[in-house]
Amino acid sequence: MNTSGYISRIFGTSPVRPLQKHMDKAAKCAHKLPKLIRASYQDDWQKAVSVREKIVLLEHAADNLKRDLRLNLPKSLLMPVSRSDVLEMLSRQDRIANRTKDISGLIIGRRIVIPEPIQKAYLEFLDSNLDAVTQARRSVHELDKLYESGFRGAEADLVMQMTDELGRLEDQSDELQIKLRANLFALERDLHAVDVIFLYKIIDRTGDLGDIAQRVGSRLLMMIAR
Amino acid sequence: MELAIFYIILAALFALFMAWGIGANDVANAMAPSVGSKAITIKQAIIIAAIFEFAGAVLAGGGVTSTIRRGIVDASLLSGQPELLIFGMLSALLAAGVWLLIASRFGWPVSTTHTIIGAVVGFAAIGIGFSAVQWPQVGRIAMSWIVSPVIAGVIAWVLFMSVQWLILHRDNPLKYARRYVPMYMFLAGFFMTWVTVDKGLAHVGLDFTTLQANLLALLIGGVVTAIGTLFVLRIPYQEPEKRDFHFVTVERIFGVLMVITACCMAFAHGSNDVANAVGPAAAVVSVALSGDVTQDAIVPIWILILGGIGIVVGLATYGHRVIATVGQNITALTPSRGFAAGLAAAATIVMASGTGLPISTTHTVVGAILGVGLARGIAAINLRVVGSIFMSWIITVPAGAGLSVVFFLLMRTLLG
Repeated sequence: MNTSGYISRIFGTSPVRPLQKHMDKAAKCAHKLPKLIRASYQDDWQKAVSVREKIVLLEHAADNLKRDLRLNLPKSLLMPVSRSDVLEMLSRQDRIANRTKDISGLIIGRRIVIPEPIQKAYLEFLDSNLDAVTQARRSVHELDKLYESGFRGAEADLVMQMTDELGRLEDQSDELQIKLRANLFALERDLHAVDVIFLYKIIDRTGDLGDIAQRVGSRLLMMIAR
Repeated sequence: MELAIFYIILAALFALFMAWGIGANDVANAMAPSVGSKAITIKQAIIIAAIFEFAGAVLAGGGVTSTIRRGIVDASLLSGQPELLIFGMLSALLAAGVWLLIASRFGWPVSTTHTIIGAVVGFAAIGIGFSAVQWPQVGRIAMSWIVSPVIAGVIAWVLFMSVQWLILHRDNPLKYARRYVPMYMFLAGFFMTWVTVDKGLAHVGLDFTTLQANLLALLIGGVVTAIGTLFVLRIPYQEPEKRDFHFVTVERIFGVLMVITACCMAFAHGSNDVANAVGPAAAVVSVALSGDVTQDAIVPIWILILGGIGIVVGLATYGHRVIATVGQNITALTPSRGFAAGLAAAATIVMASGTGLPISTTHTVVGAILGVGLARGIAAINLRVVGSIFMSWIITVPAGAGLSVVFFLLMRTLLG
């Protein structure tokens, strides 16, 4: 005899927890970067390589979560948010982990060390971007309460405030990026040309982290607005 | 009629078996919103189901039972051969029982109601003659199968939107939950009593005037609210600053409401679905006793009691396990959602029972859950499964009809 009851089969898997878990992995991955950078400053490449390995593992873990969620999201699902918003947010979150892997790969592969005069400024810039990532992670963790409250009212207002703050953090890291590039420009002629190209690349990709974090927040807003 | 006692015993056995099947399988679907929300334990759900299924069957099961026993077949064509009606109703019961066994064996989402209506229409149309079916009435029933999930969906949508607007969107949802949840308790108690009493309890020896009915509904609504509020007040208040626990506490308040909703749902299910088992049996008993096909007497109460007992036994022997599985499998419903879906379905079903329309509990519950989903209340609903549940009646009706024709022809050849 049928022992499950038909009704339980109509409930699909909620994307909330998987999205949050994925964001946790991506954020954790990004937060490994300062450790790797500090190791490179101290010329401790053994340590840097082991941090890089952790980053790669976390990026893989995020990829797996992404795959699982995509497989659990058939088109026939009726959800309070649009399916494309969920998928788009997922791929943005995933890019945080991907960018982190890129940055760490560049540094390890070419044994790049940020030049001494801008080392402190780069770490400050990185931290500012990671603050944006943390803020995005916090906003994603409001998703379960948004679902509970039905995406409107006081809880939605709170998430809007959180994404405003995310925008502010992103502006702040943009300013730091401009300063950092100006400082690097001043040092340029004393450095090896190819290294300079890659330094700019690293700064760009680091700046991407904050940028992507902000876009995660803006997708969250679109979910609310539907 | 020489074989009257034999027919009556056979009908009672078949009806008991059908009722057992309803208790074993169907009750789980009716209780799904309640046990899925985890607001009540499985044990509580089973006790609530046993008491209120029985009460619903006995107090409010008469309307639909009448429809099935004499609303579908035009008995005037059979005045010379009352045995044919007896054979037909017995085959309908047998066909429905067999079909439901097959369907459960394979896990197909079929509806008991659709099977029994298909079976009664089948033996009448093919076994007796096309004109032996009261088609306008059958048309009304078929319409109600389309309309009832829609109505349940709309009520669920409105209920859940009101919950959001009154409680969940506020700065301090807990404060407003304590204020407004008792109002929903009153609504549930008042409405269920009002429909049941208004439809008449003459068959249990209670005859109320409209005024008395309204007063009784007010009284029961009030008592339900008072008891519920006592339980709500026992849940400690929390300041909205403790954000992580705030919604959890709000849901605990809805959990109290969920207990009331579960009672309503079990009552409604009993009132509509007991007829699937006892409707044909009531026809057999009435014809066998009087030898007359007109069946003017009201549904004898012992038959409703028999159906109620069958449902409770089905629940006790097998249904409790299905309920437990359903409770574990549903993780997506919180009490605020389960309440909206459950009360909407219960209201729709009890209204149908009052009108004498046999509708599918499962379809109504699914419609109500969709309504909450459309109000952005449920994280994910699998529309393909929803579609397959609604589509299943397209094969259920002819399957019930076909089997009942076969049994009817067999019985007429062997016994007639």
